[in-house]
Amino acid sequence: MSTTRRNLIVTAASAAGVATAAKVAGANGLLAPDGYGQSLTYAAQRLATGHAPAREFDRSQISAKPYQNGKPPSQADYQRHVSEDFANWRLSIEGMVDRPLTLTVADIRAMPLSNQITHLACEEGWSYIAEWGGVRLSHLLEQAGTQAAAKYVIYFSVQASRWDSIDISEALQPQTIVAHRMNGAEIPTGFGAPLRMRVPRQLGYKSIKYMNRIVVAADLKSFRKGLGSGAAEAGYQWYAGI
Amino acid sequence: MHGHRHPFFVRLTHWLAALALLTLLVTGAAILLSHPRFYWGETGNLNEEPLFTLPLPASRGSVPTGYGFVLADQNGWARSYHFLSAWLIAITGLFYVSLGVASRHVARKLVPNGPPPPGTYNNLQRVTYLLVVFAALPLMIWTGLAMSPAFVAAVPFTATLFGGQQSARTIHFFTTVFLAAFLLVHLVKVYQAGFRSHVTAMIFGTSKESQ
Repeated sequence: MSTTRRNLIVTAASAAGVATAAKVAGANGLLAPDGYGQSLTYAAQRLATGHAPAREFDRSQISAKPYQNGKPPSQADYQRHVSEDFANWRLSIEGMVDRPLTLTVADIRAMPLSNQITHLACEEGWSYIAEWGGVRLSHLLEQAGTQAAAKYVIYFSVQASRWDSIDISEALQPQTIVAHRMNGAEIPTGFGAPLRMRVPRQLGYKSIKYMNRIVVAADLKSFRKGLGSGAAEAGYQWYAGI
Repeated sequence: MHGHRHPFFVRLTHWLAALALLTLLVTGAAILLSHPRFYWGETGNLNEEPLFTLPLPASRGSVPTGYGFVLADQNGWARSYHFLSAWLIAITGLFYVSLGVASRHVARKLVPNGPPPPGTYNNLQRVTYLLVVFAALPLMIWTGLAMSPAFVAAVPFTATLFGGQQSARTIHFFTTVFLAAFLLVHLVKVYQAGFRSHVTAMIFGTSKESQ
């Protein structure tokens, strides 16, 4: 067999192999919305880490001085909510659900409380350990009646550029919570009051602060630029497990 | 290395590793600039006392550096290419080690065994190459994975072995310093020994000048 012919066959076989891998990954929800380059890490980590829970720490390991990173929203709207003790804050759950919900902070505080002492690491390199309390996202999704075809949960902050999404397996992970408590008290404004997402198996930027809207969907294409998160629109990675 | 011929798998993995390591170094520096402070243990942040701070400007205004300016944020693309090159170096390394051990290349050319025959690597070179391949690069990958929240969830030992994720980050940095020093000495030595003939030999297996 001539070298050219062998090269041609090897190239064709490799291309077919890559195409098949991409197809299988796509069919199993292992493609990241922000590109094939990200999918290698996303798919490998999904397959390797499965449903492993994030590490939980002892109360004595809670950081004395957590770092809040950024200031609370300065809009008059948010300041009004603070002065009203968030009595008029609403969290909506919509999209592919049988019973769309609009919940008050009091509604959420009345739901089963799930506590965790977990590590929050920023992509910049710093980190802290804190205790978070809130309702499991899986509980809210169950209350709203998430439809079987749902694949992603998208969530939004009152800060327009802050929104993100996770796949349904991360959303159903018991440590993924809508947090309203931090270190034994209500979340301080600097850390996301009244409600923030906590996704302890991914970097801090997935744990969106000042959350007011959750949408359940089958794909991410119809949300803004289709990259699945404000972070990805800013050039960061949608999947932040690494 | 007169009269020596680099096998094809050595030449291939050498240049793939060179590409990956150079990308890792540049993107690693870009990532480092967003927080040029280091800690020991599980946690560390701007409210905590660092183990040490590098005298570099930062790409975040929140980091007190003493410089009157803030660099542009390069973390997005830098992280993407960092992880892509980490895949490349890991796969290349596995390929090199498997073939190198199976073909006895590592045993014959790298493991010190008395006075080295003329025309082969001296014992200092041998120990250095072994350290790079079997200690520094695995340690880089290990401490890199120890910073991944999802990987540490599945294998907590990656982080706890070093006393925490910030310790792993600090070791990741020091191992980078070792590898950068190796790269520098490697380039100087190749230059001294004859840059053209050695680079030709590493591309084509051998060169007229080196025979």
